[in-house]
Amino acid sequence: MSHNLKNITLKIWRQDGPQAKGNFETHVIDEITDEASFLEMLDILNDNLVHAGKEAVVFDHDCREGICGTCSLMIDGQAHGPQRGTATCQLHMRQFQDNAVITIEPWRASAFPLIKDLMVDRSAFDRIIESGGYITAETGGAPDANLIPIAKTVADAAMDSAECIGCGACVAACPNGAANLFTAAKVAHLNRLPQGQAERFSRVETMVETMDDYFGSCTNHGECEAACPKEISIDVIALMHKDYRKAKFSNRKDLARK
Amino acid sequence: MSLTDQLLTQNTVQLDSKIPAGPMAEKWTSYKENMKLVNPNNKRKFKVIVVGTGLAGASAAATMAELGYQVDAFTFHDSARRAHSIAAQGGINGAKNYKGDGDSIHRLFYDTVKGGDFRAREANVHRLAENSVDIIDQMVAQGVPFAREYGGLLDNRSFGGAQVSRTFYARGQTGQQLLLGAYQQFSRQVGLGGIRLFNRTELIDIVVIDGHASGIVVRDLVTGELQSHAAHAVVLATGGYGNAFFLSTNAMACNVTAAWRAHRKGALFANPCYTQIHPTCIPQSDDSQSKLTLMSESLRNDGRVWVPTNPNETRPAHEVPENERDYYLERLYPSFGNLAPRDISSRAAKRLVDKGQGVGPKKNGVYLDFADAINRLGRDVVEERYGNLFEMYERIAGENPYEQPMRIYPASHYTMGGLWVDYELMTNIPGLYAAGEANFSDHGANRLGASALMQGLSDGYFVLPYTIGNYLAPMLNKSIPGTDHPEFKAAEEAARLRFNGYLSTGGTKSPDHFHRELGKIIWDYCGMERTKEGLTKALSDLPALYEEFKTDLCVTGNGESMNQTLEKAGRVDDFFQLGMLMCRDALDREESCGGHFRSEYQTEEGEALRDDENYCHVSAYQWGGDPMKPNLNVEKLEFEEVHLATRSYK
Amino acid sequence: MAQVVTSQRGPVTGTATRSKKRRPFLIDLYSTAVGKKYVMGATGIGMMGFVLFHMIGNLKMYFGAADLDHYAHWLQTLLYPIAPKGYVLWILRGGLITMLLLHLHAAYSLTMLNRKARPVKYQSARDYQIANFASRTMRLSGLVILAFLIWHLLDLTFGVVNSETGKMVVHEGDTESVKAVYDSIVYSFQRTPVALFYVLANVLLGLHLFHGAWSIFQSFGWNNPRFNKWRRAFATGFAAVVVIGNVSFPIAVMAGIVA
Repeated sequence: MSHNLKNITLKIWRQDGPQAKGNFETHVIDEITDEASFLEMLDILNDNLVHAGKEAVVFDHDCREGICGTCSLMIDGQAHGPQRGTATCQLHMRQFQDNAVITIEPWRASAFPLIKDLMVDRSAFDRIIESGGYITAETGGAPDANLIPIAKTVADAAMDSAECIGCGACVAACPNGAANLFTAAKVAHLNRLPQGQAERFSRVETMVETMDDYFGSCTNHGECEAACPKEISIDVIALMHKDYRKAKFSNRKDLARK
Repeated sequence: MSLTDQLLTQNTVQLDSKIPAGPMAEKWTSYKENMKLVNPNNKRKFKVIVVGTGLAGASAAATMAELGYQVDAFTFHDSARRAHSIAAQGGINGAKNYKGDGDSIHRLFYDTVKGGDFRAREANVHRLAENSVDIIDQMVAQGVPFAREYGGLLDNRSFGGAQVSRTFYARGQTGQQLLLGAYQQFSRQVGLGGIRLFNRTELIDIVVIDGHASGIVVRDLVTGELQSHAAHAVVLATGGYGNAFFLSTNAMACNVTAAWRAHRKGALFANPCYTQIHPTCIPQSDDSQSKLTLMSESLRNDGRVWVPTNPNETRPAHEVPENERDYYLERLYPSFGNLAPRDISSRAAKRLVDKGQGVGPKKNGVYLDFADAINRLGRDVVEERYGNLFEMYERIAGENPYEQPMRIYPASHYTMGGLWVDYELMTNIPGLYAAGEANFSDHGANRLGASALMQGLSDGYFVLPYTIGNYLAPMLNKSIPGTDHPEFKAAEEAARLRFNGYLSTGGTKSPDHFHRELGKIIWDYCGMERTKEGLTKALSDLPALYEEFKTDLCVTGNGESMNQTLEKAGRVDDFFQLGMLMCRDALDREESCGGHFRSEYQTEEGEALRDDENYCHVSAYQWGGDPMKPNLNVEKLEFEEVHLATRSYK
Repeated sequence: MAQVVTSQRGPVTGTATRSKKRRPFLIDLYSTAVGKKYVMGATGIGMMGFVLFHMIGNLKMYFGAADLDHYAHWLQTLLYPIAPKGYVLWILRGGLITMLLLHLHAAYSLTMLNRKARPVKYQSARDYQIANFASRTMRLSGLVILAFLIWHLLDLTFGVVNSETGKMVVHEGDTESVKAVYDSIVYSFQRTPVALFYVLANVLLGLHLFHGAWSIFQSFGWNNPRFNKWRRAFATGFAAVVVIGNVSFPIAVMAGIVA
């Protein structure tokens, strides 16, 4: 395997703080290898900046294995960059041409306020989970794990949507800044399982309504699915919309009895 | 007189492990029956701080909030869902015996003690094995989508160091699913008001007043502001210190700061030299690499590990004929084969690579080959079991593992050492607890696969919520010091000086530079194989580099806004001090056990040679004011149930 | 809303304890974005039915003036004598107007919501992967169709811009006169700009339907792996049928086939 060296020009968004005015800054990275990951390239940039006495570019990252969901970045107009099903931290420089000019921007949505440079605050996702993205099963007193058999297909389908890493690429990529894919992935995970049935309708109702407090609306573009590093299908959005509809009508009957 | 007994007489701290009396299998039950309780209505009068929101932290915070305690939870991440527990791939052990293959709590207990090379505390391990059963029930009830068989029942696979199938898994993302399960319970409590969540807030110091843990000082990473928080008890669930090696499978932000600051305030740090090197990671590809990526150990269920017998082999893997391949794990350890425990597999790989039989462009790996599995099971089955891992490998290495074998090499992965805790998970500072990887208690000198998730959840769900009540009960209606206490002010001031110091050093090198250099020293001399000369050299190189760090550090930016360089400087500072302790401990422990392998102490076949006469103890260090001058304390390990034996996987 | 951090840092707790305000069911449902999408979908289905039957009815023009005018007369006298002449038609029109207004209002409020959701736009060019031309131009195509609809009503329903609309004619074998719909259509499409506008609006209608008719399934959650692959085919087919049918009219007039 040859170590292919590339020269890259970065146009990178710098912004001192939430209220400051931001702008693109141009930096050149020489002789980066194919094996380097995209974030390792930013590490090199930052090391160069610090050694030159300049402030390093702030960006979110942590596990670098594509699972924690901390990394973000709009790379050349695509959330998590050009490789499908890949988070920024798993993107490698072999995906880019020599002498490429790469534009890096933070994710933009009012629900994701900018903190500094490329870092945004995605706490709105936590608010959605807090409002109902769980199965109430307080510690202790759980029945035997094999008490309720779950069809393999159901468990697999639940797992497909449970894979969501909460990175926010769906919101970033959505032309409307909607979070339906994120919310629906959790709804689909829990609502498909037998353990999730008791709260099925209250869950979807509160989660959808909390989502509404922060995000735009889904107009079925499908961009979220393309940006999702876990390639979660927008079928889960349909499932959420169905359960919300059912919730509205079934809960109405429940309320009427009170 | 053995060394252990001799050292016992020199202890500077009274170490009481508080192991309950009675037969091993009844200790935990009897503890629960006899512990002090806090009335449900009184629980809300107690405030508990939980630092860290990984498996142990999130589960502990959620459970304590469910019980009624006021919980303040701190994470330096943006969300409680990001902790590195999420990256565990393979699975979680549970002694359910669903496969009817003879598993039991005792067998899991036995395997764990043996896997830990007889350096773990038996009573803690037994409790862990008991809780493993409840954990699986609890997580399924929360909706964790574990893999299932067609009949709808839970599926299991086997893992290194075990001869039964007891590992529950959710594709290659078990850690993610378990953490999200715990995170959801945690979030429910945030929603209900049981937990106050402080995100992007990093622990900077522990405040100890009159010998009791009274609170913490934290730094808001967004604003740089220092704040104090007082509480009745403090739980540190802040993970391990594997990033001392710089290159490790840990996440970039994993650090030792919380545990280290507790150590500096008097908590003993136990067995720092017990670090685990995971055998199946993707080898380093170039010098700018920032971290190594783990490939789940579960791959060894179906993958076969080999190297070419000829060190000068240049043919691609599939062209190397069978008789020129050395399936060394199957050859050396026939009964466990490719599933030999981590430390053993890692060292075997290192020996072959050192002999020049390594593969890949840098000759720094061994093959993990799926050709046989694909022939036997078909590509679909292999894809279903490991599809996501194969994709991940391809993204990183640029090679397709369905067509050519993966290249793997050991990397730092987990740290068995950590804060010394007693049976109740309390450190020697009353009111200060350590849970999960941050403590030392359950894995001895080596952790078996799929046991880290088990331990984190056991501590968080089923141990701490009980044991903390035993400490809090007598404190009912007694006032605790507030954040206006001079100790808090002093800790805040010290933290301010520390961070201003980094900013004003005015040197020329970034914290990353120092971290990389530090990591090289620790990896070279305190990594997979350690020698007296190497460790002695490390102990002279480290202080020199640390001096350089103190004078030539360059941190740009300011302390009033998000500044990742500054955060890093603080963490590297603590890694330096810890690194010295790791090397000191490795030097002092003149035996080989589990992850600690001293070249001087090995059998003729190159296996670890323990010295149970002199080293069957926990080495717990007390801060001595200088990182090079710790005070050694020991806790003697008694084995009632499992008899000390040479660990053999042949 | 600017893209700024809320000035409040610090603990988050009790985020799910606020009790919800109880409102009448329909208003409550409509207040959410998902609820508005149901309205978009339901009114969309209604209007899709209208455009399809409108097109099919107009195919009568190929059978000649008498057939088309009789069809128009039949519409005028639906359910007569149970209901007075024109009543049922106006009820139907009322339904259509309501659907249109709801569709417009939902679209407007969702657009406003979406704008608020991203007050600071991306400063570099986006590289869309899946979102197609149709899905990204729904607002534009919708507005053009609305403008066309107004013209179309002024032209062929109210005759404000069409001297033939409203005239009566007695066909062979009839005893009473009926509206001369055929003549007014021919008159209308003989004006080239009108015909071109008609064609443009119908092509945009096709685009609108291409996304809208597929989108309905997602919005309502009609999702089943068994028929999912037919959703796109349905939307494409429906849009094609409506557009081909509608566009054939002005072409037929201009080509002299209908005269």
